[in-house]
Amino acid sequence: MSVEKKGFFKGLMDKLSGAEAPTASGESQPAPPPGETKPGFFERLKQGLSKTHESLIGRIDTLVLGKKEIDADTLEELEEILITADIGVQTTVELIRTLEQRMKRKELQDGDALKAALKEEILARLSRHAAPLDTDTASPYVIMVIGVNGVGKTTTIGKLASRFTTAGKKVLLVAGDTFRAAAAEQLEIWGKRADADVVRHQEGADPSAVVFDGCRAAVARKSDILIIDTAGRLHTKVNLMEEMKKVRRVLGREIPGAPHETLLVLDAATGQNAISQTRLFKEAAEVSGLVLTKLDGTAKGGIIVAVSNEFDLPVRYIGVGEGVDDLREFEPTQFVEALFQ
Amino acid sequence: MFDSLSDKLDLLFKKLRGQGVMTEDNIKDALREVRMVLLEADVNFKVVKDFVERVRERAIGSQVLQSLSPGQQVIKIVHEELVALMGGGEDNSLDLAAKPPVAIMMVGLQGAGKTTTCGKLAKFLKGQRRRPLLVPADVYRPAAIEQLKTLGRQLSLEVFDARADQDPVDICREALRYAGLSGFDTVIFDTAGRHQIDDFLMNELARIKEVVEPREILFVADAMTGQEAVNVAAGFNERLDITGVVLTKLDGDAKGGAALSIRAVTGRPVKFVGLGEKLDALEVFYADRLVSRILGMGDVLTLVEKAQSVFDEKEAVRLQQKLKKSQFDLEDFRSQLQQIKKMGSLESLMGMIPGMGKAMKQLQGAQPSEKELKRIEAIIDSMTRDERADHSIINGSRRLRIAKGSGTTVQEVNQLLKRFSEAQRVMKQLQKLGPKGLMKGMGRKMLPF
Repeated sequence: MSVEKKGFFKGLMDKLSGAEAPTASGESQPAPPPGETKPGFFERLKQGLSKTHESLIGRIDTLVLGKKEIDADTLEELEEILITADIGVQTTVELIRTLEQRMKRKELQDGDALKAALKEEILARLSRHAAPLDTDTASPYVIMVIGVNGVGKTTTIGKLASRFTTAGKKVLLVAGDTFRAAAAEQLEIWGKRADADVVRHQEGADPSAVVFDGCRAAVARKSDILIIDTAGRLHTKVNLMEEMKKVRRVLGREIPGAPHETLLVLDAATGQNAISQTRLFKEAAEVSGLVLTKLDGTAKGGIIVAVSNEFDLPVRYIGVGEGVDDLREFEPTQFVEALFQ
Repeated sequence: MFDSLSDKLDLLFKKLRGQGVMTEDNIKDALREVRMVLLEADVNFKVVKDFVERVRERAIGSQVLQSLSPGQQVIKIVHEELVALMGGGEDNSLDLAAKPPVAIMMVGLQGAGKTTTCGKLAKFLKGQRRRPLLVPADVYRPAAIEQLKTLGRQLSLEVFDARADQDPVDICREALRYAGLSGFDTVIFDTAGRHQIDDFLMNELARIKEVVEPREILFVADAMTGQEAVNVAAGFNERLDITGVVLTKLDGDAKGGAALSIRAVTGRPVKFVGLGEKLDALEVFYADRLVSRILGMGDVLTLVEKAQSVFDEKEAVRLQQKLKKSQFDLEDFRSQLQQIKKMGSLESLMGMIPGMGKAMKQLQGAQPSEKELKRIEAIIDSMTRDERADHSIINGSRRLRIAKGSGTTVQEVNQLLKRFSEAQRVMKQLQKLGPKGLMKGMGRKMLPF
């Protein structure tokens, strides 16, 4: 199939195998018709992409290597590196501006100083809102957990419940996801593991009705903490967002001040869409904290920097595995170190 | 969000008007915009870099066509190249040409939507008169087996009876044997979600693959995935040699640039896209539509299809008859509103129309919002049947009653009636102009493409 391997593809191969030479000179041959060369193209791209899972710091190192002075071009490239770490366009532009100012003040003389300054700035943005959850301010303390489909809401709730019961709290879980097949069963299993009661209805029931029962039960059983699981919903589905607002209204009516905490769960592998998710969920449900899940893979969760920064939201917990104990409190310093590894 | 790429490029090229040839110099900024749009759409940076290089080579020295602005021309090149990269035009149908029972394996990260996609795929195959067996091989996530069984019940399809304390490889082996004995022609294996670096679980997948010898291994990927898509796809492909990709959750507002990354790193075609939580929300993938989405060029085809799928054929014919006789009343108006609502949020619909992204910003507040539609519906709901059939009988006291009944004000009722009369008049005029193409096309087949 692939006979033509010159021109663009050869250049591509060279570039991917290390030598970064972004000039197009000497490649005046017309690009071969795409149909004929696709396998070759992919072969090379694949090799290039999988060979080096380039890290953020690796790329920054390459960028500043041997540079005695940091100039505007370097910052422009840094901008691209940050965007591609899923840090988001707005936050990246903001970071670059700050770095530019520091550059003007002659604070950034060399590559190391640039790296240090970048870390510092990201850390500052993450620590600005760092705050652990204080569940002693109300009883029952109501936590509502929301997010798009498949980010790990139910798993996070299971782990949260276990955290709280271990700390001696009485926890009640509400299976507010009445849509997805077997979602309530999933929560029940987690409830058993965490030694927490679960209130559930039949599949297809009105989530608000389940939540109503849950509130009544929590008050009657004198639970310390009430955690509401909700169905995954894409933030663009207006009717589902309305349904969520209704759940909130029911909560507020049954238990004064509830929900005391609304946690938005984000998947670490998510890209720029997390920003749109957070914006719309925040508009609809007054999100008060974030949980970043699935950090046990290779995803670094750079998007959380953007989300936390742009929406002034604290990151409460991070999920690092499927076990009951794999939910940790968020530590900005550790997170930034990991991001830069 | 950003304006569409074409708007940006047109702006950039304004200053270049009159130049006949694109040069390295005058397309530099344009290429930067292209790069940013792709990065913002979550396409992997390396893929973007190489891609932009390729566009540069094609663009430099090319004559600016008479009919296109330079901006449009760059867009055209970008569009063509992206479609080519996504394998536009090549065969991406499911390959089930093997001795039955044919095995299909679904693999991917946690939460990508494997189990739901299994259900959708089973329904799709059932529609093609195949007899699929669903096999739950996820013994790790609580209630995953129960989830597939529930889906099976909804679809009236058999789900292989497995328990969470069994070994997944054993489940798959037994299921395949069972399928052979019981006359199933297709077997869909729902595997547990896992990270590509989890050696133990990846080994398990490799063993399942050995045992069931699948004709298709579909990698299920979340359309919202960021730069990470490359690592994940590469990881799965290296271990399993996947045969295709299913892109899920495309019904949101994610651009789906991850698909480009996955395609680039695996070379495998995207075969299906998931467009909702319902079991019929699975569609065959079209490269050009995704590309238009990434470039913010609107997605007219999907819009038209969506409209066709929800608009009731009989209802459309009935409406058309009424229009012809100029009998379009409030009752019809309401049923139209309801059909529009079925297609999804107005905002997302607007986003599919080329150029509307920008127009929407300007119109913010001017166009009827979701809420307003609801009020309109409430007002019409509060009318009696007679009033809906002939709105001229609605006098002052009726207006007051309607306003009260719908929780709105008399002004709002007045406004609606006024707008409706205007709409009615416009329709009458259209009828006079010649109803041939216009309404017929709209009613029965929407648009002629």
